[in-house]
Amino acid sequence: MGKRVAKEVSIAVADAVAQCRVDVIAAYPITPQTHIVEHLSELVNNGELDAEFVTVESEHAALSVCIGASATGVRTFTSTAAQGLLFMYECLFIASALRLPIVMVVANRSVSAPISIWNDHGDIMTMRDAGWIQTFSENGQEAVDLVYHAYRVAEKAMLPVAVNLDGFIVTHVVEPIELLDQELVDRYIPPYRPKYKLDPKNPITVGAIGVPEIYTEARKALDVALENSYRTIVQAWKDFEKISGRKYQPVETYRMEDAEVGMVIMGSLTETAMNAVDKLREEGKKVGLLRFRLWRPFPYRDFLRAIGKVKSLVVVDRALSHGSTGGPVGIEIRSALYQSNKRPKIVNFVAGLAGRDVTVEDFIEMFEKGYTYMTKKAPFFYEIYGVKE
Amino acid sequence: MRPELKNFKGFTLKNVPKEDWLAPGHRACQGCGTVLPIKLALKVLGPNTIVASPTGCMEIISSPFPFTSWKVPWIHIAFENAASVASGVEVALKALRKRGKISAKQKINVVVFAGDGATVDIGLQFLSGALERGHDFVYICLDNEAYMNTGVQRSGSTPYGAHTTTSPAGKVIKGQVTWKKNTPAIAAAHNIPYVATASPAFYLDFMNKVKKASLINGPAYIHVFSPCPTGWGSEGAITILLSRLVVETRIFPLYEIIDGKYILNRKIDQPKPVEEYLKLQRRFRHLTPEQIEYIQKRVNEEYERLVKLCECFSPSEEE
Repeated sequence: MGKRVAKEVSIAVADAVAQCRVDVIAAYPITPQTHIVEHLSELVNNGELDAEFVTVESEHAALSVCIGASATGVRTFTSTAAQGLLFMYECLFIASALRLPIVMVVANRSVSAPISIWNDHGDIMTMRDAGWIQTFSENGQEAVDLVYHAYRVAEKAMLPVAVNLDGFIVTHVVEPIELLDQELVDRYIPPYRPKYKLDPKNPITVGAIGVPEIYTEARKALDVALENSYRTIVQAWKDFEKISGRKYQPVETYRMEDAEVGMVIMGSLTETAMNAVDKLREEGKKVGLLRFRLWRPFPYRDFLRAIGKVKSLVVVDRALSHGSTGGPVGIEIRSALYQSNKRPKIVNFVAGLAGRDVTVEDFIEMFEKGYTYMTKKAPFFYEIYGVKE
Repeated sequence: MRPELKNFKGFTLKNVPKEDWLAPGHRACQGCGTVLPIKLALKVLGPNTIVASPTGCMEIISSPFPFTSWKVPWIHIAFENAASVASGVEVALKALRKRGKISAKQKINVVVFAGDGATVDIGLQFLSGALERGHDFVYICLDNEAYMNTGVQRSGSTPYGAHTTTSPAGKVIKGQVTWKKNTPAIAAAHNIPYVATASPAFYLDFMNKVKKASLINGPAYIHVFSPCPTGWGSEGAITILLSRLVVETRIFPLYEIIDGKYILNRKIDQPKPVEEYLKLQRRFRHLTPEQIEYIQKRVNEEYERLVKLCECFSPSEEE
């Protein structure tokens, strides 16, 4: 077992990336991602990490460099947030369709305007449809473990992976973190052997034009690959448990057995919401919590299993989908339920935008709304929680 | 003289490589002045080459799935970022070489073939980044002076006065109002070891430049004049004639900048009037005598400026 050491999460994440023996790193500075790439630069310049660090002139170039390098057959890494993610947006769809196992850590941050450096999921939710595997961490240990997991999954599934951790709330805190021993990492992530690569010995054409006769099939292939990656993802967590003792699954539940009001949440707010659950349970209220660790591919069956027999579900979104029928998670859940026979009432809140604090009391209030609308429909598609009037 | 060029021997008609690495049967227009330089450049570079192309005519004509004209590894990602993709390929090769996964001896050329829009406009930042970082690659801009793939819209490389679909020869504004952006100068401002201009009419000169660019360690930029009969309203049969006239009128001088030293490859002492070049293309047919006079004057000025640069910053005697 590795040693547990107190570390800033960004530093630990960078250490984990280095342990994965990444060949090419391309990144552009953006708050709150900076500490991750700064530490990687340090490791490279101190000769502790044998990798090429490409100091690109933009995020668009960062992902473009990763695409070029990954297509040439090496392991790549990039990291970004908010405006940076939006700037590389075009290439997100290309990386996945070309089936390149790039790993990107997103230090989740709100999108402009107004410009804000603080945390929510407004950035990452814009890439819901980009064909990437997407995982969300709750704390530093999980962020680190999801990095190891990302490389194992990406290269097996031939898909890019975005690992999410909340900006500042997770990236900038010091936590006791256990990194795997290098020997275990090497066993978990064997050397990358790409199926196809740019190689003069065996020339291939990458990124050909997709005429109408083939475009649909090409996109279907990506769709199937993403769907099939679910098994790879779950298996990789099982394998991880064997070497680390830490167990992960697509959907995490907390006191959901016998719950009548459930809450759905993602990211670091979970730990606060757990306290709210404990408080309400003490009062005899049957409430529980579920959290998506895996967001793409959407773990439909795990979700249905996790909600048990709840009468209402309070969905707490950390992003808006302006002009729509819910927050991104709310929309997804309503859609998923419609394919099933379960019909809990949905109470969808958007909360904690741009680092706005969401307290235990706030969660209790949201749970209470879950009780209010347990038998009748909520009179709104979604409500932005805590707006100052 | 750079050590890489110490034993440099130019091509002659007798030793031009016979093999082609761009297969025929692609969908380029008749008389395409862009596909020709690619074919010639690949003859020079050979099979140990990885090509990155941005979106544009050359990507469309060469890669309609399941067909491909590329006999060398080729990658297309998007419109603006071919220089970044090439950077990625270059560093990946470096990493593979370090780890012994490709032999240290195997020299692999990393090359970009990009249009003018992808280079001088939308891709300029990416090109600048790649040049500044010093990747060992060759960037070849095939300048057909407008966005031809999308239907002849003006670019920053469109010459003054030219009619395009977004700089039409209207009743009030007659064609492109700005002067062509000097992209080789922008490339040179990055202090890269090699910058050159070339024209397909002077094909041995072009091939020699590609050879030098590939031999030199570090970034190299070649700006190639590339007539587009479809966009320019010129006959397909006169692509080479136009490529020669543009040099002989001093509109597009052929020169090299090696480590900051300027070499004028073709001194044009008795230039032909610019009108001889302009009158062969429909895109210039609306030009007034005043406009032509302005072009002539400015072309002379720019040429004189270049001659002075070549005099002031010429390679020293021993070079």
